Amino acid sequence: MAANTRDIRRRIKSIKNTAQITKAMQMVASAKMRKAQGAALAGRPYAELINRVLVSVQEHADVTLHPLLEVRQANRELVVVISTDKGLCGALNTNLLREANAFDAENTEYVAAGRKGQQHLARMKRNLIADFKLPDAPALRDTKAISKFCIDKFLSGDVDKVTVLYTKFLNTLVQKPTVRTLLPISPFDLPTAGKKDAPAAAQAQSDYLYEPSPAEVLGGILPHYIHFQIYQMILDARASEHSARMVAMKSATDNAQQLIKDLTLEYNKVRQASITTELLEIATAQMAIG
Amino acid sequence: MANTLRLEIVTPLEKAYSDDVAMVVIPGVEGEMGIYPMHLPVMTEIKPGVLKIVKDGLESDFAVGEGFVEITQTGVTVLTDMAIVESAIDERAVERAIERAQAALHHSEMLNAEEIATTEAALEKSLVQLHLKRRKK
Repeated sequence: MAANTRDIRRRIKSIKNTAQITKAMQMVASAKMRKAQGAALAGRPYAELINRVLVSVQEHADVTLHPLLEVRQANRELVVVISTDKGLCGALNTNLLREANAFDAENTEYVAAGRKGQQHLARMKRNLIADFKLPDAPALRDTKAISKFCIDKFLSGDVDKVTVLYTKFLNTLVQKPTVRTLLPISPFDLPTAGKKDAPAAAQAQSDYLYEPSPAEVLGGILPHYIHFQIYQMILDARASEHSARMVAMKSATDNAQQLIKDLTLEYNKVRQASITTELLEIATAQMAIG
Repeated sequence: MANTLRLEIVTPLEKAYSDDVAMVVIPGVEGEMGIYPMHLPVMTEIKPGVLKIVKDGLESDFAVGEGFVEITQTGVTVLTDMAIVESAIDERAVERAIERAQAALHHSEMLNAEEIATTEAALEKSLVQLHLKRRKK
C-alpha cells in the first residue's frame, strides 16, 4: 500500500472523528443503560409476585369467570413487536425481527412499538394495523395505550391470541429475543414462581374468597396484569437496547483506535521512506558535483 | 402452627416491605380488613388508604395506593402502585403535589380522559399520605 502521506493523514483524521462520535455514543448509551437496567430490575419483584398471584388465581378460578381467561381456537393472532427507534445497536433488531418473520403472514396482524420494527414490517408487506411511539423513559401510562389496544382487540374477537415479541434483558452482554403469549392468560405461560410459595400453594387447597366478588376482582387484576406485563417487557426491551448499543459502540471505538494505530505506523513508515530517498538524492547530487 | 404472617408489600418500583408480622390491617374496597394468621384465603382489592402493621407489639403505618391483596393462611401479599412508610412522608412535598394536581384538574378541559384519571388517582394518593401524617400529630 504505497499511499502518499497526505492521503494517510486524511484517513487518520476521518477515523479519529468517527471514533470520537462512537465514543460519545458509548458514553450516552452507558448512562442510559444504567438507568434502564435499574428500572427493568426494580420491576422484577412486582412482576414475580403478580405472576404468583395469577398462578394461584388460575388454579382456583373458573375460566368462565372472566373473558380474558377464555381460550379460543387460535385462528387469528396479534403480534406486538417491541423494537428500538434507532439503529446502531448491533444485531439486536436483526435477531428480533427474524422472529417476527416466523409468524404466518396470512393470519397474523402486527402492532409495532418502535420505529425499526414498524419499518421492517412495512417493508415485508405484513399486516401492520397500528404503531405506537414511546418516549425514551416510558411510564406505565405511556404503555397503557398499547396494552389497552391488545385487550380491546382480544375482547372484540378480532384476534384469538395476542403474542408479544421483545428482547429480554439478561445482562449487559446477553439479550435474548423472546416470544411470549399475552392473551388469553394461561397458567402455562406464567413463569412458575420460586420454591418458597410451594407449601403455601399446597395449603391453599380451598377456593379463594373474592371480595367483593370474583368478577370485580378479576376484572380489576387481569387488565392490570396485562398493562403491567407490557410495561415490564418494554422496560426490558429498553434495557436491552441501551446495553446492546453500548457494547456495539464500545467495539466500534476499539476498532477505530486499532485502525488509527495501524495507519499511524503506516504513515511514519512512508514519511521515513521519503526522507531517506531525499537524503540519498542530496548525497548523490553532491557527489556528482564534487 | 405459625403465629406470624409473611407480609410482602411490592410496588412496580421497589419491594417496600417484607417481614413476618403478627397482624395487618388493609384498606379494602369494602372497608378495612384486619388479618391474623390462619385467615381464609381471600383475594381482594384495596383503595388508597392506610395499611397498619403490628409486629412485636409495635404498630407501623404505610400509606398505600390502589392495588390487590392476596391472603393465604400463612401470608399476605400486597401489590400496589404506592407504598410509603409514615416516617418517609414529606409533608411539604405532598402539599405541593396536591396543589399541582388540583390546579391541573381545575383546567381539566385541556386534558384527555386518561390524564384526568391519572391526576385524580395521584391526588387521592397524596391526600392519603397527608391524612396519615397529620393524624399522628
